Amino acid sequence: MRAMKTVPYFLAVLFAVVLGVTILSQAYGTGGISVSFTKVLGMTLCLCLAALAMDLVWGYCGILSLGHFAFFGLGGYMVGMWLMTARTEAVVRANMANNVIPPTEAEISQGTALQIFSVVGAEDWPWMWAVSDSLFLSLLLVVLIPGLLALVFGWLAFRSRVTGVYLSILTQAMTLALSLYLFQNDTGLRGNNGLSGLQNIPGVSAGQSYLSIWFFWASALALALGYVGSAWVVSGKFGNVVRGIRDDEQRVRFLGYSVEGYKLFVFVLSAVICGIAGALFYPQAGIINPDEIAPIASIYLAVWVAIGGRGRLYGAVIGAALVSLLSTYFTGGRAPDVNLGIFTIQWIDWWPVLLGLGFVLITLFAPNGIAGLFDKLVRK
Amino acid sequence: MSALLEVNGVSVSFDGFKAINNLSFSIGEPEMRAVIGPNGAGKTTFMDIITGKTRPDEGEVLWGEENRSLLRMSEAQIAQAGVGRKFQRPTVFEDQSVRDNLMVALKKDRTPWAALTYRGSDADSARIEELATEIGLLDHLSTTAGILSHGQKQWLEIGMLLAQEPRLLLVDEPAAGMSTEEREHTTDILVNAAKTKAVVVVEHDMDFVRRLNCRVTVLHEGSVLAEGSLDHVMANQEVIDVYLGR
Repeated sequence: MRAMKTVPYFLAVLFAVVLGVTILSQAYGTGGISVSFTKVLGMTLCLCLAALAMDLVWGYCGILSLGHFAFFGLGGYMVGMWLMTARTEAVVRANMANNVIPPTEAEISQGTALQIFSVVGAEDWPWMWAVSDSLFLSLLLVVLIPGLLALVFGWLAFRSRVTGVYLSILTQAMTLALSLYLFQNDTGLRGNNGLSGLQNIPGVSAGQSYLSIWFFWASALALALGYVGSAWVVSGKFGNVVRGIRDDEQRVRFLGYSVEGYKLFVFVLSAVICGIAGALFYPQAGIINPDEIAPIASIYLAVWVAIGGRGRLYGAVIGAALVSLLSTYFTGGRAPDVNLGIFTIQWIDWWPVLLGLGFVLITLFAPNGIAGLFDKLVRK
Repeated sequence: MSALLEVNGVSVSFDGFKAINNLSFSIGEPEMRAVIGPNGAGKTTFMDIITGKTRPDEGEVLWGEENRSLLRMSEAQIAQAGVGRKFQRPTVFEDQSVRDNLMVALKKDRTPWAALTYRGSDADSARIEELATEIGLLDHLSTTAGILSHGQKQWLEIGMLLAQEPRLLLVDEPAAGMSTEEREHTTDILVNAAKTKAVVVVEHDMDFVRRLNCRVTVLHEGSVLAEGSLDHVMANQEVIDVYLGR
């Protein structure tokens, strides 16, 4: 029940943030927030959504997955293929329009492929781009591919009763393997170049000032829906069973519940949420490459949730928002260096130290994270 | 009285050590049975085999009127078929209320979808209150299970077992760590359950077993050493040797 009670407060706060950003936006307001910062805020909301999924799988079901950024990245790649195809095709079409003989569709397709893949020394469409000309099918893949990977991986892992740290290591291996696979030039997703130019939305002539706020709204909507959906999932009997699995798997099993089925359900659901979050994130980031799904990214996701507070949906959101915004601040060159006379603290180098220190302090003094402290205040 | 559960010639060994050795056992419905035996006699392994946690190397475990084999079923399927198990250490969901603990255990469709769409009914609430009354926790329905006393946790776990509406209850050391009054209450709950169900109680405490007033099976080194009334088995020279040392 507890999770459902937080929904109105969460939605109110989120709405206030959206309203504030819109009023300060360049497109519809005073222009107090730059386009690039609007994008940062929009991307932060996507990370919050991914953290929400992480909280479902770790905070509620007790599965410490350290590979959820793989699903996030896959979502980005799926939408990225459509974005790149559609935009490049428009450019190729425009270039060929001046030809004396009007180009055939096959020639345009060939030209588009050459444009996209020449960077990795190829000129044909790889098989995985088969549906990249269809927005609808690409959006379907955003949900299907991460879901399918989670289903296969989860089925194999849970069926063999792999739990605890062993499962965490397996998930790390999964995201590392996927990242290394994508790094290769001949796997069809442009190797280490990744997919770029994703900030341009084909068929939309509005400038980035408008696009940035639209994506911000879309991210906020996705986060709101994700929050309500997650709260619904964890507040009913399903939530009781899942938390039971986290605390005593054996007990749940001997009560007659198929623990593996429940774990798989939560794992796949959270992978799908991550995929959607990634699909909204990368058009704002503009570029995706295999480095995004390196093992460290998924570990950060777990750190956000731990700092924010496990097993509390708003905790995950607070943790992700706070830490990722601070990270942007400290590593973006905006934070002033601290001159100590003999030594100058440059935040780009020292931010990881600060984050690590924060993590240790939270673990020691606030095991339930920031949300846990918040709960104590409210209860008093 | 036909047998509800029949265990025939079951053996299991771990790394060469024979934990269960050609063990046969059967229980009808309703019936109360106490299983006693010194440490290492294989009492817990015996329960592990029935509930599907451990697969025996040989032998068969048959269940119900149709004599279905339990050996090919998963733990969850066995539980759904009607076998409820209480662990030695009280295992309840500590961060959930007593009400939620019982609600999760209520006999219902166990699929994820059914759990997602579950809406508690008046009948379910009434059943939960009835169970809570029986285990003496009616005043604690909203209490978080983690702050209950040791004895209360044991009762809650027994209550969760009853909520499952099993045909066979396997109860591992229910009286461990309980005060005298708590033991009496536990006896009442189990004796009451045995009016309609098969109940197997594994226990060390002879006074407790005596109070259950039922047939006793003595296990030793993985097989049945003796079976009969408590006085009968306690008069058995082999049993005396096993308990008092050779």
